[in-house]
Amino acid sequence: MSILVNQDTRVVVQGITGNTGAFHTRQMIEYGTKIVAGCTPGRGGEKFDGKVPVFDTVEQAIRATDANTSVIFVPPPGAADAILEGFDAGLGLVICITEGIPVIDMIRVRKVLEGLTGKTRLVGPNCPGVITPGSCKIGIMPGHIHKVGHIGVVSRSGTLTYEAVGQLSALGIGQSTCVGIGGDPVGGMDFVDVLELFQADPDTHGVVMIGEIGGGAEERGALYIKEKMTKPVAGFIAGTTAPPGKRMGHAGAIIAGGKGTAGEKIKALEAAGVRVAPTPSDMASTLLAMMQK
Amino acid sequence: MGLSGAANVKIHEYQGKQIFARYGVPIPKGYPAFTVDEAEANAKKLIEETRVPIVVVKAQIHAGGRGKGGGVKLAKSTEQARAVAQSILGMQLITHQTGPDGQKVRRLYVEQGLDIAREFYLGAVIDRDKRRIAFMASTEGGVEIEKVAEEMPEKILTIHIDPAVGLAAYQARKLAYGLGLQNYGKETVAKFTKTLHALHTLFVKEDCSLCEINPLIVTKTGDIVALDAKLNFDDNAEYRHPEWKDLADHDEEDPVELEAKAAGLSYVSLDGNIGCLVNGAGLAMATMDIIKHVGGDQGVAPANFLDVGGGANQEQVTKAFSMILRSPKVKAIFVNIFGGIMKCDVIASGVVAAAKGLGLSVPLVVRLEGTNVDLGRKILNDSGLAIQAASTMADGAAKIVAAVSASA
Repeated sequence: MSILVNQDTRVVVQGITGNTGAFHTRQMIEYGTKIVAGCTPGRGGEKFDGKVPVFDTVEQAIRATDANTSVIFVPPPGAADAILEGFDAGLGLVICITEGIPVIDMIRVRKVLEGLTGKTRLVGPNCPGVITPGSCKIGIMPGHIHKVGHIGVVSRSGTLTYEAVGQLSALGIGQSTCVGIGGDPVGGMDFVDVLELFQADPDTHGVVMIGEIGGGAEERGALYIKEKMTKPVAGFIAGTTAPPGKRMGHAGAIIAGGKGTAGEKIKALEAAGVRVAPTPSDMASTLLAMMQK
Repeated sequence: MGLSGAANVKIHEYQGKQIFARYGVPIPKGYPAFTVDEAEANAKKLIEETRVPIVVVKAQIHAGGRGKGGGVKLAKSTEQARAVAQSILGMQLITHQTGPDGQKVRRLYVEQGLDIAREFYLGAVIDRDKRRIAFMASTEGGVEIEKVAEEMPEKILTIHIDPAVGLAAYQARKLAYGLGLQNYGKETVAKFTKTLHALHTLFVKEDCSLCEINPLIVTKTGDIVALDAKLNFDDNAEYRHPEWKDLADHDEEDPVELEAKAAGLSYVSLDGNIGCLVNGAGLAMATMDIIKHVGGDQGVAPANFLDVGGGANQEQVTKAFSMILRSPKVKAIFVNIFGGIMKCDVIASGVVAAAKGLGLSVPLVVRLEGTNVDLGRKILNDSGLAIQAASTMADGAAKIVAAVSASA
């Protein structure tokens, strides 16, 4: 078991013919992911690398291939529209990798998403994607650092997710599913949404949750953990030393008006029983210490 | 409520007011000036046009709190306006947002003086927790709104805009009556709601991340006027706003950060002594955190935040490394890479090229992990450069702190 994606997930790649889309489609196929279709308007009828059929619309792709999940590599000007197309076509899961979508566009997407009341889930944008090791890799993460196992990882940061996974695998601890929810101010699944799935998944025995400064998603996650979560959660919050008001790469990682500081988030997590790693080098060992008790 | 803007493109007040005027947000008459002579001529023109011998000379810098810092002054004649302009132009203006060194004033805005009946605060931001644009209004105008939010949160009225509906008329009325504008007459209420609609349209169309008017005033004649204008834009939307290039004022920005942006790198200058080169924003922040954690009590801290991004090429890495090397405050460099799309050999080649080109004068600690890690390590080993390899982030942080302490 796992959450969100598994060996039966059938993926359509939106933006399959672009440089990034093409590169990562090959990587995903090599990992064993079932890439059943691609979508690039105007390129319908072609075959990507001679094997993956390309369609003009996501709807056509689904009709022909029974795709149930999409991954988006469409550049920012068309990315929000690509997400909406995925929603409208009835996909159960849309994963948007694209970085740099205007926040006004994402506010509209978010409104549509809320109207779908759970029929479709959105992961991202500006995220590394979702991987269930050994079964299905959807996104841009390096597949080889993962290991099949029972720890869920959920994170707002891409490379910091790799860091946590690398630490876990080095200790011989495998992962059930790793979800990068993305660093933008407005997006799809939140910590709470992913934690709910990990809590319900019998194959996930513990969770590493990686947050960063800005917004209140970590605090909401902490509240959920406190009230509903029975599995051990280890955490890390990046940005303890970031000066207020300065943007730190992610659009989301900015402290505004004294809210969303690392200190507040760490306090909320610890109050919920999460053990917060003192440094980013201790994420896996912190969880291991909790689970060996 | 976790209010936060996205990444920002900032502009001056007078530029913001020009945009206000285009959308029908009422502003006082005013003209920008780059010299004292221009300021004097503008004052003369304004006094002639308005037949009121009162003008305000305002320093144009990107930071807020200009009035308190002495950057906004009243003048009651053309001569006085000249004297005031002389005192402000070129001054090092220090406000609560500029930092201790302040910001040099290079531009002025000369504006008509108005009879103020009451000052209000009006602001719009992206509320990331509600995933909506939020408008906030307060009767406590003209003061630091951060303080009001902290000490008297009940004095701030907030509405959230449904993107499918837009600003609803009742929401605009809610703010108008909440501020007590009916006390100034029905027409003032109508003028306010009209202004609010104009601002909402502006916020969406111009891709704002922040729009703040402090103060928004009611004049003695019952008019609504934006006495200030602070607009920030969402830099993700830059591709559909070519006009932003012309609005930028490079004097207001850190030259190194500008250079980085031009090279497609995300760079923020900090006060410490360790140069950091990292891929990914989260890992870059975490690298800063671990340096401070290990070396903070020995005076070791990051000199910069630098995210080379996920897909940087060798030239970008070389550029990034050169920028760090050039900084005089950097006493050692920590390269921390977890390669995903970013291949370790690309990083290694870029670092070696920059170090050989510029000469490596400070200790260098490199931690490489991920895609093509063996190839990357071989390139570093074969380079002949004095590079300390680190096996983990913690090992790297310990080595970099030791290196700085040894050289101090």
